[in-house]
Amino acid sequence: MTAAFVFAGLLAILCVLLVAWPFLREPEPESDSLDELDDAERRRLELLEARDRALAALKELEFDHRTGTISDEDYRAQVGLLRRDAATALRDLERAEAVPAPGGEQGRPVGGRT
Amino acid sequence: MPELGRAALVVTLGLGVYALIAGAAAARLGRRRLALSAQNALIAAFVSTLVAAGVLLTALVRHDFSFSYVARTTSKALPTPYTVSAFWGGQEGSLLLWLLVLTAFGAAAVRLNRGWAKSLVVWVVPVFAAVIVFFSFLLVAVASPFATQVAPADGAGMTPSLQNPYMLAHPPLLYLGYVGLTVPFAFAMGALLSGQLDERWLVATRRFTLFAWTALGIGQLLGSHWAYVEVGWGGYYAWDPVENAALMPWLAATAFLHSVMIQERRGMLRIWNVLLVILAFSLALFGTFLTRSGVVNSIHSFTQSSIGAWFLAFIAISVAVSLALVFWRLPLLRSPTRLESPISREAAFLYNNLLLLALCLTILWGVVYPMLSEAVQGESVVLGRSYYDFFLRIFGLPLLLLMGVGPLIAWRRASLRSLATTFRWPTAVALATGATLLVLGAGSSVPGLVAYTFSAFVLATIVLEFARGTRARKALGATSWPRAFTSLIARNRRRYGGYVVHASIVLLAVGIAGSSAFDSVAEARLERGQSMRIGDYTLVYRSLDERQVSNATEIRATLGVMRGDRDLGTLQAGKNAYTIEQQVSNEVGIRSDRLTGEDLFVIAEQIDPNGTVYFRVFVKPLVNLIWVAGLVFLLGSVIALWPDAREQRRLVSREGEIGVPATS
Repeated sequence: MTAAFVFAGLLAILCVLLVAWPFLREPEPESDSLDELDDAERRRLELLEARDRALAALKELEFDHRTGTISDEDYRAQVGLLRRDAATALRDLERAEAVPAPGGEQGRPVGGRT
Repeated sequence: MPELGRAALVVTLGLGVYALIAGAAAARLGRRRLALSAQNALIAAFVSTLVAAGVLLTALVRHDFSFSYVARTTSKALPTPYTVSAFWGGQEGSLLLWLLVLTAFGAAAVRLNRGWAKSLVVWVVPVFAAVIVFFSFLLVAVASPFATQVAPADGAGMTPSLQNPYMLAHPPLLYLGYVGLTVPFAFAMGALLSGQLDERWLVATRRFTLFAWTALGIGQLLGSHWAYVEVGWGGYYAWDPVENAALMPWLAATAFLHSVMIQERRGMLRIWNVLLVILAFSLALFGTFLTRSGVVNSIHSFTQSSIGAWFLAFIAISVAVSLALVFWRLPLLRSPTRLESPISREAAFLYNNLLLLALCLTILWGVVYPMLSEAVQGESVVLGRSYYDFFLRIFGLPLLLLMGVGPLIAWRRASLRSLATTFRWPTAVALATGATLLVLGAGSSVPGLVAYTFSAFVLATIVLEFARGTRARKALGATSWPRAFTSLIARNRRRYGGYVVHASIVLLAVGIAGSSAFDSVAEARLERGQSMRIGDYTLVYRSLDERQVSNATEIRATLGVMRGDRDLGTLQAGKNAYTIEQQVSNEVGIRSDRLTGEDLFVIAEQIDPNGTVYFRVFVKPLVNLIWVAGLVFLLGSVIALWPDAREQRRLVSREGEIGVPATS
């Protein structure tokens, strides 16, 4: 039973150390705030997703057309729309990046320690 | 050392409570070190639960009957592998396994995603912690595996039907599946709490969901094979509530894995996807509740206990809170795009989702109806096999067809003329198959014939996709046909892994249709030397033998098997009488034809003292395709699960583009 209590004690100490580690490692950090996305960054993330979505869709359409999975008729109907989507996404992204982020920077250098 | 086990679980509970409170505070107040500390608490919870699991495993292997759990679930004569499997054979052990897998998934999900999706992970930690708190509380306060007693000379032993090699893998796989569904749930809730409903929660959970879904699928198939070879009633799926309990979350997760593609591609179905994740998680909890609470009569439910009320309360709270969060975030969940045409890939996926959900809810109704009828009328009314079979045909056959249609239709909008061109070959193959089978006599079962025809259609589309894709890769510069084939899969593992999984579902459908719609059965009471016929098989009862093994007395009837004039050797069927457990089990005899996939299945229903045996014999065409489907399913899942370095680079680069360095 004594051994069990010793092991249990060691386990508890180990866990407490692990949990306390961020505070032990940085007792007085320069900044303790989380790297959360602000509204501009969220908007930029949405636009990046839209861009990647449009480009992936175009790539898949091209390949499916090449394999014959998508007919010429469907390809012609789709490709213009997808190119327009991709161009819109890229243009919106450029516009968003042209607008200065709060603090006057494009994409603030938000730590990276978490 | 039960004290160590108990202490380790208390530590897990404490860590869970800390991760819940500190994680929520860190997310709310935006405290970086506190968030990291809460994440570390999840990792530490895994370590402490691992210690608790190690204590129980050691007690089992050492036959330490001072642990009540060990004495209740094992005996000295129990072979070592089954002694180890007793870890999850009883309620407390299986709950500990739940917690162990849960903390492992929690630690892994946080560790793998906190680099590139850190602002989301911060909100995921308290959700995970809440689930950990529930399970660790149950283990500390309600159903401890570390309760002790004065050690008896021997244990009570294990239920005979659990003494089967499949039990070494089937329950752990189901638990991997059930618990794995916590990951998408926790990320979905984290996304709702934080309002970060972009694509990241989907990407972060995609592989976890796929892994959980695969484990649940393989676990069910192993369970079916266990039922087939061990339970001894001649079938592999009985629509038993506990079997259904595993099928329902699998169906919900299947729907999610399809509909998530529509969100990723078109930004649609955001609310639907969150609801599917909530449904899958709730059904996983419900499945554990059904198996462990003892509220249903099932051959798979081995415990009666008092944890049912706790589970119901937790399910109710988690559903209520989740739905409230969805309602709160409805404005953010609105889709930017709409369905453009009922003939499009997203529409096909939507139909697939509706059918999967309808099948899932139909099964749920069949499971809860006996409980509801007992509560309302005072009499439990069970919905029988015909209820489930009917809805399986109604929803399952169109689902089968959609598996072939969906992947070949264009996104957004497809013209009818294009459809005719795209599907002309698969349709021709399907019609030719159907007509041939009709001529060969398969028309005796219309659903069976339809299933075969649809299966041929789907298989043809899959073969066509692989052939066209490989040809295109070759034309794009692959140096050889094998290289073109592998590069095709490597460049889009999700898509082509998905096709392999579809092929496995086709095999499953063909196996189920063959063995259930076209099977035959014969029964006879035979004395030694007498024979019986079934189909073109002749069985001659030759001898009856008895032998003693370490934990049971085995009685086996030996039958000579002939097919036409060909001698196929002998087959044994009988019973095992387990001494300690005071139970008798059917031990069936199965002869598989590897060429045709057909089984000759013999049950020795009754063995009289004078040596007369009452045999029930089945011939099950194509049944072995069901087990082959499991291997193909695993292959397809592994292809889809394989890490994609290009996607990882894209995500990291995307994070970099918004100015958030993707480091841990």
